Amino acid sequence: MARSLTIADFIEQIPALRAGEDLLLSGTLFTARDAAHKRLAQLISDKQPLPIELANAVIYYCGPAPARPGDAVGPCGPTTSARMDPYTPLLLSLGVRATIGKGKRSTPVTDACRAHQAVYCVTTGGVAALLSQKVRRSEIIAFADLGPEAIWRFDVVDFPVTVALDSNGNDIFRPSTKR
Amino acid sequence: MRTIAAAEITKTVARLCQRANYALPCDVREALTGAFQKEGSPRAREILTQISDNARVAQEKSIALCQDTGIAEVYVNMGQDVHLQGETLQDAVNQGVALGYTEGYLRTSIVADPLDRVNTNDNTPAQLTVAIVPGDRLDITVLPKGGGTENASALRMFPPSAGWPGILEFVLETVREKGINACPPLIVGVGIGGSFSSVGKLAKMALLREVGSAPAAGAYAAREKELLEAVNALGIGPMGLGGSTTALAVHIEHAPCHIACLPVAVAMHCHSMRRATGTI
Repeated sequence: MARSLTIADFIEQIPALRAGEDLLLSGTLFTARDAAHKRLAQLISDKQPLPIELANAVIYYCGPAPARPGDAVGPCGPTTSARMDPYTPLLLSLGVRATIGKGKRSTPVTDACRAHQAVYCVTTGGVAALLSQKVRRSEIIAFADLGPEAIWRFDVVDFPVTVALDSNGNDIFRPSTKR
Repeated sequence: MRTIAAAEITKTVARLCQRANYALPCDVREALTGAFQKEGSPRAREILTQISDNARVAQEKSIALCQDTGIAEVYVNMGQDVHLQGETLQDAVNQGVALGYTEGYLRTSIVADPLDRVNTNDNTPAQLTVAIVPGDRLDITVLPKGGGTENASALRMFPPSAGWPGILEFVLETVREKGINACPPLIVGVGIGGSFSSVGKLAKMALLREVGSAPAAGAYAAREKELLEAVNALGIGPMGLGGSTTALAVHIEHAPCHIACLPVAVAMHCHSMRRATGTI
């Protein structure tokens, strides 16, 4: 049975969360995918101000489809997390506490989750219409010129995720390695 | 000779882009139901339920099944007695894709240059495949192909000695290493033969077949069954979280090839096996 958590409680409970737990999250997520990650990394490297506060942020790997008039958001399922692996340790070191996407992560990401007390969660890929029903409000926060790759703020209610990588190094995709 | 206005093609392609992205085909829905009945893992069953619920919501609301509404692969079977009036076929198809995507609230996922990576903002250009066939009709199929599934696909040139065992191992290796990122349960299209340039297309053509339909060549039915069983024995399951439903189907298309070659391609597809066909 999935547990309901606000994003604030979710972040507070990160050290106790275990790979395999099902959660329903309510609060704010920031979307970012390939191009937004590249820009964020460039801004960080150039010591420029960032368009979102990374401390305690939850990043959702998603590039939504456009919303129909009257809808809070367009279809918005997860994209493949592994493509963001090169950027994730940097973002976790700057305070991002959780990432949400689909599929396995690299060893450096596993190590960074342990080092920075962060988690990685998965949600079901290809059910974007269903997941869009969990978003109450959405707005573009940055990089609007990137189109579907802009950074969006999503206010979600009962957004379903499964902890895939916990802060102790347990990995749902590699059950034999630890646990 | 029958004259068809290019505008007619544009209109049809636009409609097919939207239908493909909003409605999961019946054969795919039936395969998902069948998989649910056979699946023993509770988590896998939960994911299969989400997938069915998603198809219902998308169709009811006329919204995309998946936010990745794909690169628009358009397959045209053009009767040789058709005379096209107006734009070229390529232009008519591209205009249809642009119209279908921008008016249908579908994501535009194409960048104009693979290195500069600036979005074209209308999902063009389409990937157009044309076959000239007897008759005076136009059959058009749109297959929106997601990026995650493209990245999980593979092509290898084998020596003929590799034979069926080599092909089997290659397909399993591809599913094992890349399948998770292609959103299982998968539809696996396998192309065997042809040449380096055509074998990928063969594998894609295999995806156009209805899930569970028999291949044209009888000998390949047993091979498809053997591959499907081997893929499902991997235990990857829906979204890689375990279960017996790693793939809903494996389809093979084959073609003659050079005496020195055994080209093999694996075109991976996710559970959202979207396609729509129309006739003019």
